[in-house]
Amino acid sequence: MSKIFAFHGGIHPPENKKQSTRAPIRLAPVPEQLVIPVQQHIGAPAKPCVKPGEHVLKGQVIAVAQGRISVSVHASSSGTIVEISPKAVPHPSGLDATCITIQTDGKDLWTEHQGLGDYRALERSSIIDFIRNHGIAGMGGAGFPTDVKLHLGDDHIVNTLIINAAECEPYITADDMLIRERADQIVGGIEIISYLLNPTHILIGIEDNKAHAIRVLEEALRSTTLNIDIVVVPTKYPSGGEKQLVQLLTGVEVPSGRIPADVGIVCQNVGTAAAIYQAVQHGIPLISRVVTVTGAAVSKPQNLEALIGTPLKTLLDTAKIKRDQLSRLVMGGPMMGFTIEDDGIPVIKTSNCIIAATQEEMPPAPPAQACIRCGLCEQACPAELLPQQLYWFAKSREFDKAKNHNLFDCIECGACSYVCPSNIPLVQYYRFAKNEIRTEEAEQRKADQARQRFEARQARLDQEKADKEARRKDRAVQAAKTQAAKKTATEAAEANPEDKIKQLKTAAAITRTKLKKALTALETAKVESSDNIAQLDLQYQQAEHAANDAQKALESAEQNPPPSLTIAPDIKQLKTQAAVARTKLKKAQQALKIAEEKSHDGAELLRVTVAQLEEKAKSAQKAFDNVDENAAHNSAAQETLPKEAALNAIDLKALKQNVSIMRTKLKKAEKAMELTEASSPEATELEQEISRLTQLHQQAKTQLDNEEARKTSIAAAQGVDLKKLKIDAALARAAVTKLERSIKKLQETAEPELNSPELDKLQSELAAAQQKATLLNNTLSQFE
Amino acid sequence: MALIRITSPHVHKPASTADIMRLVILATLPGVLAMTFFFGWGTLINILWAAFLALAFEAACIKARKRPLYFYLKDNSAVLTAVLIALALPPFAPWWLTMVAVFVAIVIAKQLYGGIGQNPFNPAMIAYALVLISFPVEMTRWTAPFMLHGEGWNVLGFIDTLQLIFGGWSEHADAFTSATPLDEMRHRGGLTTEEAWRASDVLANVGAWHAVSAAYVMGGIFLLYKKIFSWHTPAAMLLSLGAIATFFYLIAPDSYADPFFHLTVGGTMLGAFFIATDPVSSATSNKGKIWFGIGIGSLIYIIRTWGNYPDAVAFSILLMNLAAPFIDQYTQPRTYGHKAPKRGIKEKA
Repeated sequence: MSKIFAFHGGIHPPENKKQSTRAPIRLAPVPEQLVIPVQQHIGAPAKPCVKPGEHVLKGQVIAVAQGRISVSVHASSSGTIVEISPKAVPHPSGLDATCITIQTDGKDLWTEHQGLGDYRALERSSIIDFIRNHGIAGMGGAGFPTDVKLHLGDDHIVNTLIINAAECEPYITADDMLIRERADQIVGGIEIISYLLNPTHILIGIEDNKAHAIRVLEEALRSTTLNIDIVVVPTKYPSGGEKQLVQLLTGVEVPSGRIPADVGIVCQNVGTAAAIYQAVQHGIPLISRVVTVTGAAVSKPQNLEALIGTPLKTLLDTAKIKRDQLSRLVMGGPMMGFTIEDDGIPVIKTSNCIIAATQEEMPPAPPAQACIRCGLCEQACPAELLPQQLYWFAKSREFDKAKNHNLFDCIECGACSYVCPSNIPLVQYYRFAKNEIRTEEAEQRKADQARQRFEARQARLDQEKADKEARRKDRAVQAAKTQAAKKTATEAAEANPEDKIKQLKTAAAITRTKLKKALTALETAKVESSDNIAQLDLQYQQAEHAANDAQKALESAEQNPPPSLTIAPDIKQLKTQAAVARTKLKKAQQALKIAEEKSHDGAELLRVTVAQLEEKAKSAQKAFDNVDENAAHNSAAQETLPKEAALNAIDLKALKQNVSIMRTKLKKAEKAMELTEASSPEATELEQEISRLTQLHQQAKTQLDNEEARKTSIAAAQGVDLKKLKIDAALARAAVTKLERSIKKLQETAEPELNSPELDKLQSELAAAQQKATLLNNTLSQFE
Repeated sequence: MALIRITSPHVHKPASTADIMRLVILATLPGVLAMTFFFGWGTLINILWAAFLALAFEAACIKARKRPLYFYLKDNSAVLTAVLIALALPPFAPWWLTMVAVFVAIVIAKQLYGGIGQNPFNPAMIAYALVLISFPVEMTRWTAPFMLHGEGWNVLGFIDTLQLIFGGWSEHADAFTSATPLDEMRHRGGLTTEEAWRASDVLANVGAWHAVSAAYVMGGIFLLYKKIFSWHTPAAMLLSLGAIATFFYLIAPDSYADPFFHLTVGGTMLGAFFIATDPVSSATSNKGKIWFGIGIGSLIYIIRTWGNYPDAVAFSILLMNLAAPFIDQYTQPRTYGHKAPKRGIKEKA
């Protein structure tokens, strides 16, 4: 006889076990429909592998284990799958879960099944897989997949195997009756478990209120070679609790938050042992179990071997339920079981007992009185907690303190509620507190994750912003470098006339080619006396202009290094223009001469053109002279304020407008010309008009060019690059807009008080940018 | 089928707070009988009068607080408080003294704190301490054990006692009063304990008090047997008082009373088994109860020996009531599966 180590607390509620042990275990009838939940165990639900309409045989797998902690589910009888849908299942929550409904055919035909025979010849892991595939989960109440526990030998040293036959809850006699009638199966199961875990000691813990079962078990143990000790423990609830039984039998406490295997102990229920035997020896999966059907509302309390999925109604009817007296239907024991409202709910692998209680048997709890801290709960608590303190903490929502008082070591056995003289539903308070704490922790975790995500995002955005800024700066630096390089290149080109001359030569060649083409076209047109002579003439003139321009530039480059940038371009341009005008004149004169010789029709027209060109050449020369003078004046007045320069300047805008008006008028005239007959007097008139307009346009354009050139030169004279200035102004304005936008965004999106330093920074930046932009705009307006 | 839907457990021990209170009242019976035997009808009359007052005050408060009247009155807690007050007061205490005490206990010490289960101090002891300080003359007029007069316990009839209590004090009554043994020991002047024992009539008849104490012990053992309270508080209290008394008695037997005297006179036994064990105002865990008891026992000796009052059970218990929540923080039991018990409240558990 082993020594017994008492655990703290415990209670002695009325046992009510005698009622259901009078009759032997009977087979419950096969119901018309079996409702088999795919999750009857702790862990992941099994995955259905059958379809509605499919015919299945008894013992056939209908749902396959998914994941590490899961077991398969089998058809309890032969029949047709009717549906796979959510239905009410035995669970305290009362929620529905996926169930496979089988319409039984009454034949109860077995699928092929075979045991492992001599399992000792096999690999341990293959036996364990076999057990998993035969749907075996703990039958004591929690339903933990048995194979997971049998694997514990892999990474734990298992010294002690405890077979739990305590069955401490009142009313329940399923294990008691199983031992009485099938002790050999249990011993066979223990042998298999022992082979798999190889423990040093095997202890069977059984309460002393099962004298018959103890005798039978002792008898059965004679047949085994294993050294198995039966440890009879005093009847006290909750000695069948895993932790309590471990302490009772070994004196070892399972550390808080750990499992017995951590101290070298594995516990298995007697029912589980028998199920393992049935699976390994006969290949019978877990498709039925012994259920105690008892309570004052049944006439014939007894133990029934029911198929998994059998509705409770079938069992209650078998036990002759008195429905008019039934007030509470409890699945499990009276201490830890849960109520069921619907007797259509099926028996599952963990259903060890159904209590059909009458009103007198389990009266509704009277109203709770005030706690007088009598401490009876503390004396009853098997976990050595301070239940009344936990109650106060739960009631006042001081969950920190409740946690500090080891709330989570509460096994919810209900001993404290049982003894409470004030009828306080203590366990309910602890469940509430535990749920609140779990919810709080879950929310905390969620908030932490959200915060981390936000911070990561913020960091990423900041990084992106910084990168962007860096890139922008890089670009700016690069641009500045390029600018500088260009400048250097230009300077170099200027310093190295050969390069420039080369360039200019190419340009001159191109323009000459263009000129030639234009000339050819013009002459062809003249020969054919085409309508578009004037147009071609204009093109020709432009080409000529370009060619001359290029030639001039080439010549000047060849003759002398480029003059200082200040006044050079426009003077050059003007010179070119004068030269162009002269050349044009010459050409026109030549053409006129040819025309006169050939007594061509267009001679008259050409004459007019020549006259015009003469005038144009004159005006170009004049403009050149003007600018030359101006330039001289400007260079003298380089020190004068830019404001003055701006005031003195001719309105550029007006000039531009003038040019565009001229262009429009010209176009109109040309259109009219196209519409009229070439030789008609109107045409001549129009042609004249066009020429006049062309001239006017040219004049206006020249004027504009002059003025612009002058402006640029003035700006340049003061060391201001107008182009650069414009770009800078645009950039400054863009910066202002950007800053405004980011400030607005910041104010809108984030909490202002959090970002106030950043906001202040941005605002000061904005002010600076605005100032800069205004300054640049002012400067720019002075030159425009 | 309208089935009840409720979470476990589904069975309940047929016991109630009222049962506990009734058992405690029942356990005072030997004490009540002894008191009546040695000190006359006054104790019984006081008990009835106090119980009536207690129920009346309790009912008034419950009504004022708009609580279900019968639900709270039937818990017997007010009656128990009344009985304990009546046992603590002098047997011939005038009616108004009892009334003041019961008023303080029920209205102020209990209901104003939120009723049953909410009072930080033992209501009977609050009441006793208040009337002791407020009415010292009446409180020190203890009844002389009737055996002193050689006329047996029924020297003053029931009607006479009623007249004495409700009709007012008369010169006649002075014949029946005397000091208590503790008073005698405290105010023995320059006498040694030895001389005091010889000189004092009261001390010569200390047997009456011993007998009353023994009756209380009987009641206490009954309650222990019924598991109404655990042994921790009374054992710790009596052992600490006895140990300290022994220590000083061994050092100077002439100056200090013997431990047996300390344990058997005054309110020691009543306090140990009926007052200190009041669960509402005492420490919670078994370990805590031991510290709680040690505190009471030590304070009783200190106040009796060096304080201003001859008896100190009420003050000691009240002081330890004050310390109980603190004790609770440091005396959590070691929970199953934990290496060490937790102490105090840590911010991060």
